[in-house]
Amino acid sequence: MEENKMTTGKVSGIIANLVIVEVDGPVSQNEICFINLAGVRLMAEVIKVLGNKAYTQVFESTRGLKVGEPVEFMGHMLEVTLGPGILSKNFDGLQNDLDTMVGTFLKRGEYTAAIDVDKAWDFTPIAKAGDVVVAGDWLGEVKENWIGHKIMVPFKFEGKYTIKSVKPAGTYKASETIAVITDAEGSEINISMIQKWPVKMPIKAYTDKPRPFRLMETGVRIIDTMNPIVEGGTGFIPGPFGSGKTVLQHALSKQAEADLIIVAACGERANEVVEIFTEFPELDDPRTGRKLMERTTIIANTSNMPVAAREASVYTAMTIGEYYRSMGLKVLLLADSTSRWAQALREMSNRMEELPGPDAFPMDLPAIISSFYARAGYVFLNNGSTGSITFIGTVSPAGGNLKEPVTESTKKAARCFFALSQQRADSKRYPAVDPIDSYSKYLEYPELQEYLAANIAPDWLGNVLEAKNILLRGKEAYEQINILGDDGVPIDYHLRYWKSEVIDFVILQQDAFDKIDCSAPIARQKEMLEKVLGVCRADFDFDNFEDVNPWFKRVINVFKQMNYSLYQSEDFKKYETELAEVIKERKVA
Amino acid sequence: METQGFKKIYTKITQITKATCSLQASGIGYEEMATVNGRLAQVVKLQGDNVTLQIFSGTEGIPTNAEVIFMGRPPVLKVSEELAGRFFNAYGEPIDGGPEVEGEVREIGGPSVNPVRRKQPSELIATGIAGIDLNNTLVTGQKIPFFADPDQPYNQVMAMVALRAKADKIILGGMGLTNDDYLYYKNVFDNAGALDRIISFVNTTENPPVERLLVPDMALTAAEYFAFDKKETVLVLLTDMTLYADALSIVSNRMDQIPSKDSMPGSLYSDLAKIYEKAVQFPEGGSITIIAVTTLSSGDITHAIPDNTGYITEGQLFLRRDSDIGKVIVDPFRSLSRLKQLVIGKQTRKDHPQVMNAAVRLYADAANAKTKLENGFDLTDYDVRTMSFAREYSNDLLAIDVNIDTTAMLDTAWDLFGKHFTKAEVGIKQEFVDSYWPE
Ligand SMILES: Nc1ncnc2c1ncn2[C@@H]1O[C@H](COP(=O)(O)OP(=O)(O)OP(=O)(O)O)[C@@H](O)[C@H]1O
Ligand SMILES: [Mg+2]
Repeated sequence: MEENKMTTGKVSGIIANLVIVEVDGPVSQNEICFINLAGVRLMAEVIKVLGNKAYTQVFESTRGLKVGEPVEFMGHMLEVTLGPGILSKNFDGLQNDLDTMVGTFLKRGEYTAAIDVDKAWDFTPIAKAGDVVVAGDWLGEVKENWIGHKIMVPFKFEGKYTIKSVKPAGTYKASETIAVITDAEGSEINISMIQKWPVKMPIKAYTDKPRPFRLMETGVRIIDTMNPIVEGGTGFIPGPFGSGKTVLQHALSKQAEADLIIVAACGERANEVVEIFTEFPELDDPRTGRKLMERTTIIANTSNMPVAAREASVYTAMTIGEYYRSMGLKVLLLADSTSRWAQALREMSNRMEELPGPDAFPMDLPAIISSFYARAGYVFLNNGSTGSITFIGTVSPAGGNLKEPVTESTKKAARCFFALSQQRADSKRYPAVDPIDSYSKYLEYPELQEYLAANIAPDWLGNVLEAKNILLRGKEAYEQINILGDDGVPIDYHLRYWKSEVIDFVILQQDAFDKIDCSAPIARQKEMLEKVLGVCRADFDFDNFEDVNPWFKRVINVFKQMNYSLYQSEDFKKYETELAEVIKERKVA
Repeated sequence: METQGFKKIYTKITQITKATCSLQASGIGYEEMATVNGRLAQVVKLQGDNVTLQIFSGTEGIPTNAEVIFMGRPPVLKVSEELAGRFFNAYGEPIDGGPEVEGEVREIGGPSVNPVRRKQPSELIATGIAGIDLNNTLVTGQKIPFFADPDQPYNQVMAMVALRAKADKIILGGMGLTNDDYLYYKNVFDNAGALDRIISFVNTTENPPVERLLVPDMALTAAEYFAFDKKETVLVLLTDMTLYADALSIVSNRMDQIPSKDSMPGSLYSDLAKIYEKAVQFPEGGSITIIAVTTLSSGDITHAIPDNTGYITEGQLFLRRDSDIGKVIVDPFRSLSRLKQLVIGKQTRKDHPQVMNAAVRLYADAANAKTKLENGFDLTDYDVRTMSFAREYSNDLLAIDVNIDTTAMLDTAWDLFGKHFTKAEVGIKQEFVDSYWPE
């Protein structure tokens, strides 16, 4: 009986959102509690325990809170609610539905249900009575927007269960029992469409996590062609402010070939979230013809929202991603910016007067970051089907200097490095991904190499590496020209430099705000790369270096007109012909 | 004062540091306001019965038996139409000799707008300055600072922008403003006949620095009243946010917190974001636009204050003296308005985005040519042309004394393209070249 008694406590100290609570019973690390503030309940999380004192971080402003106020402990960690109805929602970092909140301003202590439990769904059974099941196994499915949303054996269930009954096809409320299962002792358990899971624990309802190998198309040339990301892969985008991290992530969220997109706006601008929920309901998903918003879920914990909830927001997003991955879906998770999450950790660690690590970040920052990235991945589910979470986070390094703890820790954890360069952003060479410093480790995976050879072209990888090499040689030539002067180097240096510029302008640069250029399907990328390499491999006849620049500018200009034209349209073909003519003028047969 | 009876009075201070004092008291709320021998103070720490107060004007001369009166409320501002045309100090007390403002009592630094109750900013703010309207177009609901060295005329440019912006209310939050600059603003607004649209909260260099910490919240509480309650377009000017951040570091240093980069508190990002994120476009029509000033020390934008600001605001405007033309220009390389794509080519002529980018690209080529020249190399014909283009572009469009409408700016740019370049060199989409290339 004693066990069922909830622990309570009293506020004994307050420093900003760190509240110290004297407790009268057991508490656990990361347990959730509610602090009373004149009738309003403020949610908080235990982050340290010392004797009978629990140190809690409050997910709200503590203004007006007094010593002695009562606190109730909930006996569980921070959890999210999982079930149909998550897609297309705008949640805050604690999974409160922002749309059902009352009023224009956020009121502290107002918590709204993540899922409407009374909403009815058309259910189709998948499993049948007598089946033996474990956590994560599919019992049935409902249609959520266009996806088949699987109703699963709750992840918290350990061991094997036998299905006693599953409801026949029909319409049921999310909260209704749709299956009854029995455990080893024969006790019956009712299962609804809804379950809960603590966000800081990875969901491990899968049998295997192989190395990822399938290209995930994003329509962004500098990624797909030069530094590809894979289904279940990880990547990060560090860059100084204004270099294009958010624009690049938004492009990925619009174009990437994923079943669903989870965008975690973590400590960034509210207007950027507004942009998503204003534009996405209008934009078409080219693959399904549905509206983009139908496959998008937003976790918004913008920079003016409580700092502690910022830390929670990335975990909330990851947990929702894992839930959908368990349904055999391809999930793309984007977090902007993981540096804000690290800063939230730093603020708390400082308030608790912990021994600081580099730049006053907590000592265990690298471990926290790497275990978070490790939750992404490509998995085989219990029934043999596959699902994936591809995770791409942005990093906002202080002063734009990549030698800082968050960037360095992330570099160890993520496999793709899309480094945005200030210099490229300043000269409006967007996306400002540095072509020399950036990399995708996946290009070295034989699994992906095989996939590319089979699905794009046998010589594809060779072409990509050749293009990278031309870029490098172009850069070297450019440095020589700058040291020795235009006429102090052989004409060949100018050619080398301008060939790399063709790759830069035609393949690397891409106008995210142009309706056509913003997204290039892989077939188009292949053709353009081959065309550009055609130019790079050819010899051209020039007597005077002064003629090199204007001629290549013409070549680039025609190529760009092609990029701006609908693929294989009349216009596209017109420019293609024009290009051939311009090239003929100088090409050595 | 109707609440006098509820106020708690204490006279036994147990600890005094440079910025804070502590005493035993009970029933005190976090962030509650108090006076210590008449000086304003705020609760910053509660530990059992031990209450720590930050005294805004410092603890010099505070005795252990000072009279501490708790007010039972956080800092507030009384809001009503009466605010219009008035000048206040950091505490919201009139400094213009006028009467106290009557109105509804509002907590300052209140809650933030639910992101789903915001509207995407969509109204262009025309300033006539091409360095802004053409290259870095401003939009209502935006937040954007000037990054400027202390000797640059940012206050003048800001006053000019404010007056041309057609806002219903202009709210000036002055932090560490020199008395001369304060009077400058007052004069400019007065001469423009705009005083009835102005509200000022000013902390001058003569006031204690820590008081500045209240100024942005005061200004933005007034702004929210006019923008949300009255659905007006409100422009908030915050100058100088570097001095605000300096005050933050003074406080955290005095409270023995572990500093992060450049001796700034680890919470600098969140502290600044809370202010700037008050910029908003409400669906019902009102808006708050924030134009701020962040002074740099010798142009260093990697310092924690401009760096964190850049990560929060929707772009930044750089002023620079162009020695070739002898004028101050809006630097097209480092300036950026993040929200410009919401309006350019939509509320302005279709060719706007491409013209803007092409001109800046050619200007960058000129900068490279200039470097070549400085390094003693010969210039190509193209280099020479970009450099003469750059000089005219700078003078006719980037200089802050330009005052024309956006269409005239675009036409000027096309004239310069036609004068100095071939069509291929400019590299703009064919349909625009067909319509606008000068013959
Ligand atoms: N691919 C692109 N095409 C055209 N313009 C771009 C592109 N990427 C970025 N930009 C320009 O750069 C601006 C800043 O980009 P963005 O907001 O993505 O920067 P950021 O790196 O996220 O900055 P912060 O760290 O401050 O959030 C955009 O508003 C846009 O004007
Ligand atoms: Mg961003």
